[in-house]
Amino acid sequence: MSLDSTDKQLLNMVQAGLPLVPEPYRELADKLGISEKETLSRLKRLCDTGVIRRLGAIFDSRRVGYSGTLCALKVPVERINEVAAVVNSFPGVTHNYLREHDYNMWFTLLVPSPEKLHRTIEEIKSRTGISDLLMLPATRIFKIRVNFDLAEE
Amino acid sequence: MLSELDKRIIRELQEGLPLVSRPYQALADRLNLGEDELLARIKDFIDRGVIRRFGAAVRHQDLGFVANAMVVWPVPEERLEEVGTLLAGFDKVSHCYARPAHPPGWPYNLFTMIHGQTEQECRRIAARLAAACGVENYRLLFSSAELKKSSMKYFLGE
Repeated sequence: MSLDSTDKQLLNMVQAGLPLVPEPYRELADKLGISEKETLSRLKRLCDTGVIRRLGAIFDSRRVGYSGTLCALKVPVERINEVAAVVNSFPGVTHNYLREHDYNMWFTLLVPSPEKLHRTIEEIKSRTGISDLLMLPATRIFKIRVNFDLAEE
Repeated sequence: MLSELDKRIIRELQEGLPLVSRPYQALADRLNLGEDELLARIKDFIDRGVIRRFGAAVRHQDLGFVANAMVVWPVPEERLEEVGTLLAGFDKVSHCYARPAHPPGWPYNLFTMIHGQTEQECRRIAARLAAACGVENYRLLFSSAELKKSSMKYFLGE
């Protein structure tokens, strides 16, 4: 979809944060110099078209008490669709990408406890029949940035 | 660490902030809380780091950042902290994590995500990072397909 300059300003503002006041959209509207109604309809369009994936709280899974890891799996090319279907069927698998490497399937797994993490990994290995799986939990986080600046063209 | 009420609030919040004039009031009604109390709880979650960010998550592919590369680095253990901090300081690096290496098949212990308009731009960025940190034998892993991308839903079906 095409974004006009008001959309871009709005996206920059909501990526930076939603106001924690009773009428947050009115506050954004006032800054943009448009009505609250227009702000809401622009946000609705950005959500409906998938430009905004999520509006509101983005949780730190560790602080919520969950355990997680990045996993890399070595999948024979002819089995990719079938293995992806198994891996993606786990609700704790939130992201899964194919990447250009022998370890070609890269997914993130989040579960409620460390014990459950190891059980789930074993289940993935047994249900896919693939034992060549790397568990790559973050041991140190240097940076997480999720804002993309749209201001400059 | 989290109370039952905390978990109920997280379950509602993860559905997204409603697009109505008084969104916190709408969520508070579902939780049988006052609007003020819900706002205070959200601020407390932010202070405690349970909520990392309260805003919008966007699909960056739709915004012209079409190429993303995971760049992985084999860093000597004694330089990990220094190199991680250095690479995290680059604007083009969105994520930077240390992860365990699994030699010999996987010697890489530092992971950076970089985003560019093209693969070529990603390669140029990676070369600049390499020159800055002096780590050779890094690799770029481009994503060739997105097989799943969803938001985690916590405390469901437990």
